[in-house]
Amino acid sequence: MSVMTAVLSAEKLTKQFTKDDSAIVALRDFDLTVEEGSFVTVLGRSGCGKSTMLNLLAGLTEPSAGVVSYRGEKLTGPDIDIGYLTQSDTLMPWRDVQRNVEMPLEIRGVKAEERRRTAAGLLQRVGLAGFGKHYPRELSGGMRRRASLARMLAGTPRTLLMDEPFGALDAQLRTELQEELLRLWQGSGQTVVFVTHDIEEALLLGDRIVVLGGLGRIVADEEITLPRPRSVDALRVDREFVRLHTAMAAALKEGSS
Amino acid sequence: MTGQTVRPAQGPDGGATNAPPDRPDAEHREQAETAASGPVRIPVQRTWWQRHGSTTTVWSLRLLLVVVLLAGWEATAGSLFDITFTSKPSAIAERLGEWSADGTLWTHSWVTIQEIVYGFLLGALAGALAGFVLASLRTAYRVVDPFMMALYSIPKVALAPLFIVWFGIGMHMKVLLAAATVFFLVFLNTAAGVREVDRGLVDAVRLMGGTRRDIALKVVLPASMTGVLTGLKVAIPYALIGAVIGELVASNQGLGYLINDAAAQFDTAGVFATLVVLSVVAGLLNVFVGLIGRRVNRWKPVESQG
Repeated sequence: MSVMTAVLSAEKLTKQFTKDDSAIVALRDFDLTVEEGSFVTVLGRSGCGKSTMLNLLAGLTEPSAGVVSYRGEKLTGPDIDIGYLTQSDTLMPWRDVQRNVEMPLEIRGVKAEERRRTAAGLLQRVGLAGFGKHYPRELSGGMRRRASLARMLAGTPRTLLMDEPFGALDAQLRTELQEELLRLWQGSGQTVVFVTHDIEEALLLGDRIVVLGGLGRIVADEEITLPRPRSVDALRVDREFVRLHTAMAAALKEGSS
Repeated sequence: MTGQTVRPAQGPDGGATNAPPDRPDAEHREQAETAASGPVRIPVQRTWWQRHGSTTTVWSLRLLLVVVLLAGWEATAGSLFDITFTSKPSAIAERLGEWSADGTLWTHSWVTIQEIVYGFLLGALAGALAGFVLASLRTAYRVVDPFMMALYSIPKVALAPLFIVWFGIGMHMKVLLAAATVFFLVFLNTAAGVREVDRGLVDAVRLMGGTRRDIALKVVLPASMTGVLTGLKVAIPYALIGAVIGELVASNQGLGYLINDAAAQFDTAGVFATLVVLSVVAGLLNVFVGLIGRRVNRWKPVESQG
């Protein structure tokens, strides 16, 4: 983290959903600044506005009040420089894996030959070589996640937003994909905002952890100085890890009360 | 998945051997893990009976059912039933033979088939187009929806007299009557398909920098194909109904006319012969739509392809 410039920032973000004569507030006066090249994990319980926050940061929805800035400019809609891996699979079911991964390139007008080469390379990188001709429903949940990851990377975004991307997977597969994500991220210079409800996952992946309470109130914001590469098994007995774990658990509890 | 080709789990370039030299271990392990955790394709030897057994049984039973029914009908005709009212299979076959020989069958069938095909194409095209466009414009759809439902609910037979006044008693009237019937079915199903498109897929394309055009062509169109096809499938018998009703009401040619004509002469064999021809035409049309459906729905789970 040599260059400490803010790449993504949220100022006084508020989002409310109006229905009839009342409005449901999902996020209130949320502030966050993400540094270039950092891996920020956002920890929070279900319903604390995490997904709302990511949708706003991705430019998918408009804030009711406040501003999202990306690289110094106000974000008014989705930006191809920001990749977003959503909680649920959004692979096109009628396209095979290869053509799904090619999609961002196709929309940008990249030539078929180059598209195919890039997608094949990405499938290899996420461990899906040879599965290009399969349709999403023919793959397991873990493989679909890998395909989604490859598709997001195909757009070569410099900033990645991830919304509990491994939440629906079994523990072993999750560890596997977490390690892979770190491998893909390290040295890439990409900025990551990773949302999760799992303290362990947040500590394992991030450089910095932000804990959200109700309505996106920030109850803790700490650097994670644990040395990389990190492994779950070694971390469990690490004193710093245990300290952070306890502190974050307390923060989560405080935030929800 | 009987006809699927068997493929090895790795790519044609040999996956792991091409791993970049900087982290061969990771790549190697990666390949192994993927192969271990994901589904693997293996070749299976199956006998002809294992592959086609159930299909053969079903078809044999269908044939048996037809034979039994026809034989029963033939045997009881004249004793249990009055031939004047119910005719009998041999008489119907004979009538079909006669009509086929003197060309009556072919001229009248051809007229009806033309009416069905033109009516179907016209109605389906207009319905799919209108459904796609209107359902994409949310407010417009909300405005038009109740009117469409009201028009859809009108029995199309009731339109026949009006159509005669407007278009005469020629083929145009039948084509348009069939088209009117088909239009609403295809329209409603297409619109439902378009409106049920997964919001997440649309957002995914927006995140890729896709324009409204990209969303319409790459998400909404393929996603609504299921609805369109359902509409087409449901509409086929109705195209037939529309055309035949038109012919029954007023005409001097076509299978509907043939039925009227035969019935007027108390020729029940003739009526049944025409009904046989009509069901054959319907069956052929269904096979045709089934073929399109299979091509478009390749990506769907096998069990839901029906």
